[in-house]
Amino acid sequence: MAAAPPARELTQNPLQKTWEPYDNGLPAGHSAQRGVCMTNCPTLIVMVGLPARGKTYISKKLTRYLNWIGVPTKEFNVGQYRRDLVKKYKSFEFFLPDNEEGLKIRKQCALAALNDVRQYLSEENGHVAVFDATNTTRERRETIYKFGEENGYKTFFVESVCVDPEVIAANIVQVKLGSPDYVDCSNDEATEDFMKRIECYKNSYETLDETLDKDLSYIKIMDVGRSYLVNRVMDHIQSRIVYYLMNIHVTPRSIYLCRHGESELNLKGRIGGDPGLSVRGKEFAKSLAQFINEQNIKDLKVWTSQMKRTIQTAEALGVPYEQWKVLNEIDAGVCEEMTYEEIQENYPLEFALRDQDKYRYRYPKGESYEDLVQRLEPVIMELERQENVLVICHQAVMRCLLAYFLDKPAEQLPYLKCPLHTVLKLTPVAYGCKVESIFLNVEAVNTHRDKPENLDISRPPEDALVTVPAHQ
Amino acid sequence: MTNCPTLIVMVGLPARGKTYISKKLTRYLNWIGVPTKEFNVGQYRRDLVKKYKSFEFFLPDNEEGLKIRKQCALAALNDVRQYLSEENGHVAVFDATNTTRERRETIYKFGEENGYKTFFVESVCVDPEVIAANIVQVKLGSPDYVDCSNDEATEDFMKRIECYKNSYETLDETLDKDLSYIKIMDVGRSYLVNRVMDHIQSRIVYYLMNIHVTPRSIYLCRHGESELNLKGRIGGDPGLSVRGKEFAKSLAQFINEQNIKDLKVWTSQMKRTIQTAEALGVPYEQWKVLNEIDAGVCEEMTYEEIQENYPLEFALRDQDKYRYRYPKGESYEDLVQRLEPVIMELERQENVLVICHQAVMRCLLAYFLDKPAEQLPYLKCPLHTVLKLTPVAYGCKVESIFLNVEAVNTHRDKPENLDISRPPEDALVTVPAHQ
Repeated sequence: MAAAPPARELTQNPLQKTWEPYDNGLPAGHSAQRGVCMTNCPTLIVMVGLPARGKTYISKKLTRYLNWIGVPTKEFNVGQYRRDLVKKYKSFEFFLPDNEEGLKIRKQCALAALNDVRQYLSEENGHVAVFDATNTTRERRETIYKFGEENGYKTFFVESVCVDPEVIAANIVQVKLGSPDYVDCSNDEATEDFMKRIECYKNSYETLDETLDKDLSYIKIMDVGRSYLVNRVMDHIQSRIVYYLMNIHVTPRSIYLCRHGESELNLKGRIGGDPGLSVRGKEFAKSLAQFINEQNIKDLKVWTSQMKRTIQTAEALGVPYEQWKVLNEIDAGVCEEMTYEEIQENYPLEFALRDQDKYRYRYPKGESYEDLVQRLEPVIMELERQENVLVICHQAVMRCLLAYFLDKPAEQLPYLKCPLHTVLKLTPVAYGCKVESIFLNVEAVNTHRDKPENLDISRPPEDALVTVPAHQ
Repeated sequence: MTNCPTLIVMVGLPARGKTYISKKLTRYLNWIGVPTKEFNVGQYRRDLVKKYKSFEFFLPDNEEGLKIRKQCALAALNDVRQYLSEENGHVAVFDATNTTRERRETIYKFGEENGYKTFFVESVCVDPEVIAANIVQVKLGSPDYVDCSNDEATEDFMKRIECYKNSYETLDETLDKDLSYIKIMDVGRSYLVNRVMDHIQSRIVYYLMNIHVTPRSIYLCRHGESELNLKGRIGGDPGLSVRGKEFAKSLAQFINEQNIKDLKVWTSQMKRTIQTAEALGVPYEQWKVLNEIDAGVCEEMTYEEIQENYPLEFALRDQDKYRYRYPKGESYEDLVQRLEPVIMELERQENVLVICHQAVMRCLLAYFLDKPAEQLPYLKCPLHTVLKLTPVAYGCKVESIFLNVEAVNTHRDKPENLDISRPPEDALVTVPAHQ
C-alpha cells in the first residue's frame, strides 16, 4: 500500500479568507468549497403539463432561487423559441395535432432549445438547465431523457397537474392575456383562443404514471401544491428542488422589507456593532407603526434580527414579533464598529480587496455577502411559506433578500440601494415581483457607499474614500 | 416554531419501519429544539400483558385481545394529551399500526378535541426482502420473542402481520384527501405528500424524504492537536502542532486500512481541519458551518484569562453551558441551528468522515446518540480519537478509536461552584493542564 504523499502547504486566499492547498506556489485541486449545494454532474429539469398550469411560473421561480443560492441555472422556454422563429402568432390552429407545418416548427424549436441547453451545461459551466415546454407525451419525454443520458446529465421531471377551472382562468388572466401572442387581441378573443389551444394538447396528454414511469426521477405537483408525488430523488440538488417546490404557494400576499431605524453608529459612519436607535431612528419606528396600521394588513407576521436596533424598531409596532439570529447584520470581523476612514487607515489592502469583489470578500474573522446568502436561505424558505410578512433587518441582509426577490445577480447585490427609513413593499405579480418604495418621511444619514473607480491595492486614501457618505 | 401542538400518527403493517421512523424523527426534532416524545402502543401492551404468547393475540376475532389493544391505545393517547397539553410538549408521535380508517378517525377526532394538528406518516412496503431484513434487525431481539428461536420468532411474526392484512386500509388519495399526510413507499423510493399545513410539517416531510436505510458508517473526529490547544487557548485559527501533524498521518493510515467504499471527507474552513484532511491525500469538501463555536471576545484566551477578564461570563457559562452565548459570539444552541444542514446532508450520504472541532463534534454526536441539551456540552470528544458510528436496529453503535498519538486534554468538566461570586480557584479547578 503506497504511503500518502506529504501533506501540501496551505495558503489563505486573501479575498475569501479560505485555506487552499498549493503546489509549487500554484493553487492545487482536491479541495472543494461547499457553497450551499454541490452538483457533480449537471441537472436537466424538464417541465411537464398542459398550457396554463404554471410551468413557466415554476421554471422562472426555481431558476431565480437556484441562482440566488449559488447554483448557476438557466431556463429555456420553447414557446419563446417558437415566437422568435414564427414572428407572428395567428391562432390556436398552429397547435392542432394534425398541423404538419406546426409540428415541424415546434419540433425544430424544441431541438434548438435542447442544443442551447447542451451548450449551457457542457460548455458554459451551467449546473442546472430548466427545459420549459409542455412535454406532455411519453415519447417527447423519452427523447429528452435520452438527450440527457447521452450528455451525462441527470434528468428530473417537474409536472404540474391542475383541473380546477378557476385556477386555469386566473392563470390566463395573469400571464396569457399580456403575452406577445395576443398583443393585438381583446381579452375575450385571447381567452377563447387560448382555451382552444389547451384542447389541442389534451388528447395526447400522458401524465407521469406511477407504474409506467417508475424509473424516472420526478415530482408531480397537484392542484397548485395541495399534494405532491415524488419519485426517485437522486441527489442533493434534486432534494433541495423538491423541498423548495413544496414550500412555494401562489396565495396573494405582500412582503415588506425595511432596515432598523437610524442607529447611533449610523450617525457616526461606523459599521456593525449592536447600538441602539438614534432620536430620528425612534421617530422612524413610530412612523413605521403608523404606516403598518394604515396598510391594514391581514395577519401580518413581523420578524427582526437579534440585534438591539431592529428589536427596538419592532417594539414601537406594539405587535408580537419573532427574532431570528440569522437576520443579524453581516459580521465585519476585525472591522466591526470602524468608520470607512479607519478601515482604510488600518486595513488598506482589505479595503481594496473588498471593492474588487464585494460579493465574495470576507472580512478577517468576519463574513462575506456570499456567506450571508447561505445563512439567509432558511429565511427565504420560510418567507415562501408565509403570507404577509414585515422583515425589519439590516443593510447587507436586506440587499441579499431583495436580490432574491428581484432576481439580481451577485455582482449587483452588494450595491442595491436600501436606504434607512424606507420600506420596500414586494408583491408577486405575473412571473415577477412588483416593488413599491415608501420613504417614511423621517430624515436619516445615507449609509450607501458606491464602488469607487480606483480598485488598486496601492491606491491613495482619497481614491478609496471618495464614495464614503457623509457622517458625524 | 410550533403554535399548536402536532400529533404525528404512524400508519402501516408490522415490520414496515414505523418505530424506526418514530424514534429517528423524535431524535431529530428534539435535537433541533422541538420537544418531542414518542408513544409506542406495543410497549403499552407489553407493560399490560406481561408475557407474550403468540400471534393469536392479534387475530381479528380475538375479543380479549381487541379489548386489551384498544385499552392500550387509549392509555397512550391519554399520555399524549398529558404531554402536549400539560407538559409543554410540542410534538407527539403516536406509534401503532393504525391500519383502519376507523381507528385513524378516532385519533383525528382526539386531536381536534384537544387543539392538535394531526399529521399521518404511512409506510408502505411489499418487498419481502425488506420485511425479512426488518424482522431480523428489530423483531428477533424484541421482548416478545426472548424465549424463542429465530425461526420460531420469524414464523410467529409473519402470522402476526397476516392478522392485519385483511383490514388494512391504506391512506387513499380520494377518501383521505382532506387529511395531512406523507405516504412513504418502498423505503423511500417514492412519496405521496398531501396538505402540508405548517412549518413543522414541512420540516418533517423534508427530513423523512432525506433519510435512508442503506448500511454505512459515519466517522467523526477533531482536527489534530493545534498550537493553541498546547497553550490551553480556545478558538482562533492556528495550525497543527508537531503531534497534530503526526495524528493527521495516522488518520490517513487508519482510513486506508478501513477500506471504506466511496468515503466523503468534510472539513471546516479553519486551517487545522484542512491541514488534517490534506494528509489523507483524497478530495475533501470545506463547510463554513463546521467551523468551531465562535467565542467572541474570548477568542484565543485561556480559561485562566477568561476567569480574570470575564468572571461573570465564566460563571454564567458554567450555569447553563448549552444556552450560554459568548459576548459577540455563539452558544451551543446557536451551533445546533447552524449544523442542521450538515445533519440533513449526513442523512442523505453514505460513508462520511467529518473532521471538525470539539463543540461541533459534541453537537453532531448528541444528534446521533440522542443526548439531551444538558449533556451535550460535556460529551467527551478528545483529540486524536475517531468515533465510528454505525446505525444498528433503532440506534447507533459507537466505536472509539484512539490513534495512538498523544495530545493535550481539552475537556473541562463542570465545576461544583457555579456562583458568580466564586473564588477563581473554584472556577478553574477543572481546567485541564496546558503549557
